[in-house]
Amino acid sequence: MPSKKKQDWQEATLAPNLKRFPERQEKFETSSGIDISPVYTPEDMPDFDYLSALGYPGEYPFTRGIQSNMYRGRLWTMRQYAGFGTAEESNKRYRYLLEQGQTGLSIAFQLPTQIGYDSDHPLAKGEVGKVGVAVDTLEDMEILFKDIPLDKVSTSMTINSTAPVLLAMYVAMAKKQGIALAKLDGTIQNDILKEYIARGTHIFPPRPSMRLTTDIFAYCSKHVPRWNTISISGYHIREAGSTAAQEIAFTLANGIAYVQAAIDAGLDVDEFAGRVSFFFNAHNNLFEEVAKFRAARRLWARIMSQRFKANDYRSMMLRFHTQTAGCTLTAQQPYNNIVRVAIQAIAATLGGTQSLHTNSFDEAYATPSQEAVTIALRTQQLLAYEAGIGDIVDPLGGSYYIEYLTEALEKQATEYIAKIDKLGGAVAAIEQGFQQKEIQESSYRQQKNVEENKATVVGINKFVSSSPEIPELLRVNPELEIKQKQRLSQIKNNRDKGKVTRALKNLEEIASGQDNTMPAFIDCVEAYASIGEMCDVLRKVFGIQKEYLVF
Amino acid sequence: MAEEIKIRVLVAKPGLDGHDRGAKVVARALRDAGMEVVYTGIRQTPEMIVEAAVQEDVDVVGLSILSGAHLELFPPIAEGLKKRGKTDVLLVAGGIIPDEDIPALRKIGIKAIFGPGTPTPKIIDFIKSKLTGKRN
Repeated sequence: MPSKKKQDWQEATLAPNLKRFPERQEKFETSSGIDISPVYTPEDMPDFDYLSALGYPGEYPFTRGIQSNMYRGRLWTMRQYAGFGTAEESNKRYRYLLEQGQTGLSIAFQLPTQIGYDSDHPLAKGEVGKVGVAVDTLEDMEILFKDIPLDKVSTSMTINSTAPVLLAMYVAMAKKQGIALAKLDGTIQNDILKEYIARGTHIFPPRPSMRLTTDIFAYCSKHVPRWNTISISGYHIREAGSTAAQEIAFTLANGIAYVQAAIDAGLDVDEFAGRVSFFFNAHNNLFEEVAKFRAARRLWARIMSQRFKANDYRSMMLRFHTQTAGCTLTAQQPYNNIVRVAIQAIAATLGGTQSLHTNSFDEAYATPSQEAVTIALRTQQLLAYEAGIGDIVDPLGGSYYIEYLTEALEKQATEYIAKIDKLGGAVAAIEQGFQQKEIQESSYRQQKNVEENKATVVGINKFVSSSPEIPELLRVNPELEIKQKQRLSQIKNNRDKGKVTRALKNLEEIASGQDNTMPAFIDCVEAYASIGEMCDVLRKVFGIQKEYLVF
Repeated sequence: MAEEIKIRVLVAKPGLDGHDRGAKVVARALRDAGMEVVYTGIRQTPEMIVEAAVQEDVDVVGLSILSGAHLELFPPIAEGLKKRGKTDVLLVAGGIIPDEDIPALRKIGIKAIFGPGTPTPKIIDFIKSKLTGKRN
């Protein structure tokens, strides 16, 4: 007789079987420590209510997706994060990617640009053009986007403390090309809080940084209405070693801080919240990851509706970009990375991402080569055009396991957010090192698990074999540092010096007061002031913030 | 038997990249293995690292970098340590460092390069094997 209840089944069928064939390991759990039972049934979710937990796609609480027909209308945007060397070289890579069918651009800037130093600053030594493209002045941006129509592509810029400078350059470029700002489509990461937690390119203390963030919200809501003014990022939190639940929690807690800051700055929630976007990691545990995206979507909708009383549904929709998990790539047997990336990309697309970056298999060695990045892009195209993932909305919705995990992750994340609220919110918690410490604990535990063979990494602690050499790793030519410095000095010599001085002086005054800083940044970049000059002004006005180090 | 003198280690992050997951894991593993560990935090200049190594009187300096600036930033650290009389300090490194750069780094006195996927016991064993008896 078949069992009528899970308990009966466990006793009648499972237990005798386990006696004869014990399980491979003592217990099974997800990255977030959720215990996994051998099977899930409706009995595991006695309070599950379809309409309130899931509803229909395109409707609150958006668990199943933010659009009613998702990828059947438009596939996710295939957007490879790229940039290296000088603006000329990166421009070539972007045009190559667009020719290969990529549908959006994503700009990687060099570290000096991200931290507000010009390429000729002593701290920029050795870093010029290394992890991204060198941009010192508007001229570099103009070269970077040469022959790329700004009204036809959407551009994502990974830039945070210096976000207003790069946004000002993009706006100035559009103005010069005669493109209406209302036509500009793209995203600026502009998420300073996760820099203090996990990514490390902060310059100024949190509070003046948050003011720059909300200045961008206000400016764009009036002038660049289609621009995503922030991409609140769990990606780097996960890369730093967090669990899936921590990734949701710390990201949404940062989101709460930004929304609150904007409201405190006098903005109406529905005026800006519709342009808030997110950025998540796609890690290894396929089902937990799919559940993570769904849980994040539902939790954000509830936060925006209940905590912030948003009225416009667009304010409640969690729209997100995903990148596959760089930290899972191995230098050992590097071609296995192609498979890892494919599985992670499946998780992201089953989870309903709006855009996706797939990592290249050679990234444990270097910035990706053209061959490697092509395979990564093709991986997405295979999923979109061959695997049928885009034919159906939220295909895993209704799986007992997925719904159980979605609920469990939402619960864990909610508990974390309550803890952060108690500490005084995300900024106060960061100042106390709370998130940093939690992430470090998780990261260390993961490392120990691999070393003690409690977790498997193929090629590292199991199935070890020799690795083939990767042909043609990308090398950034060290000569370009000299070239970039020369270009900068030429610009500095040829520009209208009086105009630069006046624009920088004006930036200083505005930054010291309360007015929106964006117009002052635009004046500066149009005068060809450099990023270092603008950030020096801000360092003087705002001060600098050292790392909130917990060790 | 007298208490063993602890090996003193400086874990440092030269350059501008913020990828500190590896550095923090290694620092903690060395500490758990009984060493005295000082971790500098991110964005250290070569001068700051040399100064910290001298001030803390360390036996080992471990450099972690993922930005690709190792060929520019490691040599001034190695030279600075020599200039300040820290000639016997054990210099090791980790991060994203292509194989073809390893000979150049060995030449300036970096004794081991621990790439991605290195288990922490391997680093601990290496340090212990090089330093056993040296402190006494």
